[in-house]
Amino acid sequence: MAKKAPAQTPSANNSKHARERDKKTMGKIVGLADDVAKRALGGKEPTIDIPTRTKSNTIWNSKRGILQMGDAVATRELFNLNQAKQFMQTCLHANSIRELIDVEKTLSLRGMFYKGLHTVAGTNGEKTFADQDESDGILEDLEVSMSSLREELHIFAKKRGTMAGNITIVDTGDEIDCRRMGSGGYAIPSICEPDVIQFKKCEAKFVLHVEKDTVWGRFNEDRFWQKHNCILTEGSGQPTRGVRRLLRRLNEELGLPIYCLLDCDPWGHYIYSVIKQGSISLAFESERLAIPDAKFIGIRSKDYKACNLSDDVQIDLTDTDRKRAGEIAAYPWFEKHKGWQKEIAGMLENGFKMEVESLTSKAISYVTEEYVPQRLKDKDWLD
Amino acid sequence: MSVTTQSGSEIESKMTKTTKAPHATAESMATKQRDISVSEFFAKNRHLLGFDNPRKALLTTVKEAVDNSLDACEEAGILPDITVVIEDLQPDRAAAAKSSRYRVTVVDNGPGIVRKQVENVFGRLLFGSKFHRLKMSRGQQGIGISAAGMYGLITTGKPMMIQTRPHAHKQAHHIELAMNTKTNRAEVTVDEETDDFPLQRLRNLTTGTRELATSNEFLSHTQYPTGTSVSIEMEGRYQKGRGSVDEFLELTAIANPHARITLVPPTRESAAEEDDVPLLTKKAKKKDDEEAPKADPNSLPDPNLTKEAPAGPTTTTEVGGVIIFPRGVAELPPETKEIQPHPKGIELGTLLQMLKDFQEASGDSTLYKFLQEQFCRVSPDTASDFCKAIGATSRTKVSDIEPQQAEKLYKEFQEAKLAPPPTDCLAPIGVRQLLAGLLKGVRAEFYAASSREAAVYRGRPFQIEAAIAFGGQLRADDQARVIRFANRVPLLFQQSACSSFKSVTETNWRNYDLQHPRASLPVGPLVIMIHMASVWVPFTSESKEAIADYDEIRKEMKLALMECGRKLGTYLRKRAKMKREGERRDVFQKYIGEIAKAVSAINSVDTKKLYEALLDQARKKTAIADLQLDEDGKAVKEEDPADQEGVIVVASESTMPVPVDSDAPPVGKLSKAEAAALKVAAMAKDDEPTLLDVKPAKRQAAEKTRATKNTATKGGDKPAAKQASAKQTTAKAPPSRSSPAKTATEKPKMRLVNGKLVPVQDGPKLF
Repeated sequence: MAKKAPAQTPSANNSKHARERDKKTMGKIVGLADDVAKRALGGKEPTIDIPTRTKSNTIWNSKRGILQMGDAVATRELFNLNQAKQFMQTCLHANSIRELIDVEKTLSLRGMFYKGLHTVAGTNGEKTFADQDESDGILEDLEVSMSSLREELHIFAKKRGTMAGNITIVDTGDEIDCRRMGSGGYAIPSICEPDVIQFKKCEAKFVLHVEKDTVWGRFNEDRFWQKHNCILTEGSGQPTRGVRRLLRRLNEELGLPIYCLLDCDPWGHYIYSVIKQGSISLAFESERLAIPDAKFIGIRSKDYKACNLSDDVQIDLTDTDRKRAGEIAAYPWFEKHKGWQKEIAGMLENGFKMEVESLTSKAISYVTEEYVPQRLKDKDWLD
Repeated sequence: MSVTTQSGSEIESKMTKTTKAPHATAESMATKQRDISVSEFFAKNRHLLGFDNPRKALLTTVKEAVDNSLDACEEAGILPDITVVIEDLQPDRAAAAKSSRYRVTVVDNGPGIVRKQVENVFGRLLFGSKFHRLKMSRGQQGIGISAAGMYGLITTGKPMMIQTRPHAHKQAHHIELAMNTKTNRAEVTVDEETDDFPLQRLRNLTTGTRELATSNEFLSHTQYPTGTSVSIEMEGRYQKGRGSVDEFLELTAIANPHARITLVPPTRESAAEEDDVPLLTKKAKKKDDEEAPKADPNSLPDPNLTKEAPAGPTTTTEVGGVIIFPRGVAELPPETKEIQPHPKGIELGTLLQMLKDFQEASGDSTLYKFLQEQFCRVSPDTASDFCKAIGATSRTKVSDIEPQQAEKLYKEFQEAKLAPPPTDCLAPIGVRQLLAGLLKGVRAEFYAASSREAAVYRGRPFQIEAAIAFGGQLRADDQARVIRFANRVPLLFQQSACSSFKSVTETNWRNYDLQHPRASLPVGPLVIMIHMASVWVPFTSESKEAIADYDEIRKEMKLALMECGRKLGTYLRKRAKMKREGERRDVFQKYIGEIAKAVSAINSVDTKKLYEALLDQARKKTAIADLQLDEDGKAVKEEDPADQEGVIVVASESTMPVPVDSDAPPVGKLSKAEAAALKVAAMAKDDEPTLLDVKPAKRQAAEKTRATKNTATKGGDKPAAKQASAKQTTAKAPPSRSSPAKTATEKPKMRLVNGKLVPVQDGPKLF
């Protein structure tokens, strides 16, 4: 099944690929530094161009069905009171990344924060970074300005998300049989690029992605993936880039359809939107993260009546929820989608939200034994 | 009934009340009705003269004596040198004693007093040269010093002791006087000739006085060739703080920069009664005290009075407990003229008395002549008009004027259009002297002064001057301090009753970027000085503590304050701008080092080269911003507060950006301030009299620096040149302290004093 079964030993391929990748990244960092030095020595103001990561600079590519970043670029100037510090931070992080590449190691976002953290020389205790948020923002700036992926910068995020199912993968040279992961499952790493993870053997026919690990636990315990020959993943809320990248690769490289089982609330709808089209802040990554044919199988607003659920599972919509639902309905990819307009209108009409767990009120394994199999069989989903 | 027939004196009414007789007859009452001596009246009502309590009594005594001395010196054209000695006569008293016996001695170098006038001057109330004339002087009524002697006599029984030497080469008179309150005449107890003036005893009083006396700086015969010394023993209380002798002399020194005043305070203070309010210079004085042993003798005034030219700005010094307020300017205030009353400034009763006096004095001359001679601003035409208006001719004798006609004349005075009284009778302190005085006494950062044109109230000319000092060592969260002067005499009490206080509260200080709660004093590191000069200052009481609230006076005060306020506002705004620019520069400089390091780690460019390049840009960047700020506002010159007239700015460290890297000092504000000082100095005309003489070497040095600055600026490398001049001015300052201005390179730090450069000995730290 695996389209890209590696012929050579994975590690050799890996290191060669990595070296090339690092060489490319290093070139970009040096280019950035050279630019600053050249301008400064030439008597010009040093600047760094950073594509803006705002909604206004996000373009909906309806043809490809993904969110993409526009061309708007903000110039970060050293001699601007509001940007001087950020300029310095950008330089500091660029140098940290250079060091990581030199020593061939990776650091977490938090690690990077500490790496760049010190007292600014000549000041009375002013820190280079006030908190990790500042540091994270600068790293994203660097990603977009050099159009490099976080992985290429040797930075990883906290891992989140779990996988189990009829697939065998190779993670940094270790073969992992996802059929034998016990109750915990395989923890999806934050970097899921082909040089880290290769697909070795896969019998699964589709992927079922659920919102939370509690729901995932239900499915895993019921051996759902075994019965229905699939892969079972979860993203602990909004899926990280690692989870999204893995789903995308399963979809793209192995041709597996992705079905999402999420809550019936604006947050669930948003998670689906991110998986399918990409997010505003990571629009520059949509290219390799978005899964335009991902499908939403539930929970649907009609399920309250269709499944004959009790009143007790209702969670009232708050004002914030209603506002958020309106915003989501106005997303260009939902705006012209009659099914979604109806779905969101249905939820607002109901006046309440429903979690996936609400199905438990029918029977413990109602969701794994009846709900999902029925939907799949009926091809009853939104896409 | 008995009350109505009496002459309103409360003394007598008391006496009648205590009489046991059931019914007093007109005759029995008549036996008790008699003249009251003025001295007797004031002996019983001494609070009217400022002898309410022991502490104030001590102050009033010093004040009256010093006022008299200053007046006498100025009238005789002598630069005043006044020594005040307060001896504690009961040094072993209990620690908690609220008062003690003191001997107050005030010695001046004035013209002295001829023997036959001594009793009159010191032994009679309401005897003086100043009451009957309209001339600007400190004393007015002639009550002061005699009242002090009377108080001393009442509280200790000791007579007043006077030494006076009217002729430099003759013996001095030594006279002891006891005042008889009943007769308002003094009784002489001792009258002899002596060589002991100034008193040898005082020179040996303390270690401090001995030290100063050996260097001829304390009561030396050369300093006091003529003069008067008054000693009064009295019950008093010596305590520092608000309303103290120290404060009075300090303020007197501010308002009289031409006087040198020395104070020998008693060895111990009286037990405190209330919380002590710190004086203006308390902190600074302490500093002086620490430095006293190594104090440069050059900074003390030269014994030779006429040629005195101290090297630095004069500040208060203290030697062995003796406080010296040195002379700030070596020029006397201009001689004031006596004027005739203005027709609009007199009352009907005064007019009648004047007519009577004139009739007697002139042998019954004409009304026309009376009007011409006895009043100012009455031209021959106006005099004729007045005569006509009351139905008389220019030949009508004064004796022929009917009372109704006199009343008519009085009304005519009020309605006539007359020029205001002449103003050459006033001698304001002057903007330069005000600033010199404030510089001497107040450690601030910004000084501004303004002098109004003369104005008139009730036919009497007056002139208002105001000055403010801001920032520096003054406390930022206190209310502003108002120091008030009338004819150069400090007013210490009844602040809120004073017209000047009202004018301060009514001025809108918010306009000048200061905090100002409603109907109260502004809040901030601010000292406000107001001076009223007039031929007759309208005090609210005999103790001369507050100026009466005439609309004309208050209006002038407010205008003077507003002028100072505008200057301050300009300065504060400029300072805020400078601070913002400094911060901007700081921000850039702060990060440049980090950036250079990081970038060079990535692409191995030379760290230092990159740093320099970035720093250069940072400087250019903020320099451009400076320029734009200047062009945004009005003309560059007007924007620079140091260029305004009557303003001194002492650059303080707090307003200067601190260089991040000691190797590369930024274009600090210091260099800017220096440059401004040099620039203004260059504009000053050479023939202008200098406030404090800058020695030629220093002036050359100043010009040299200016020259280098100018050429460098033309060369285009502005920041570097500025930096160089900054380095020159700051780095070379310390050596000059020990050897003032030997060569051009050893130029001391200069400070701008009204367009003149003055070397600063201690650098801006002092202020």
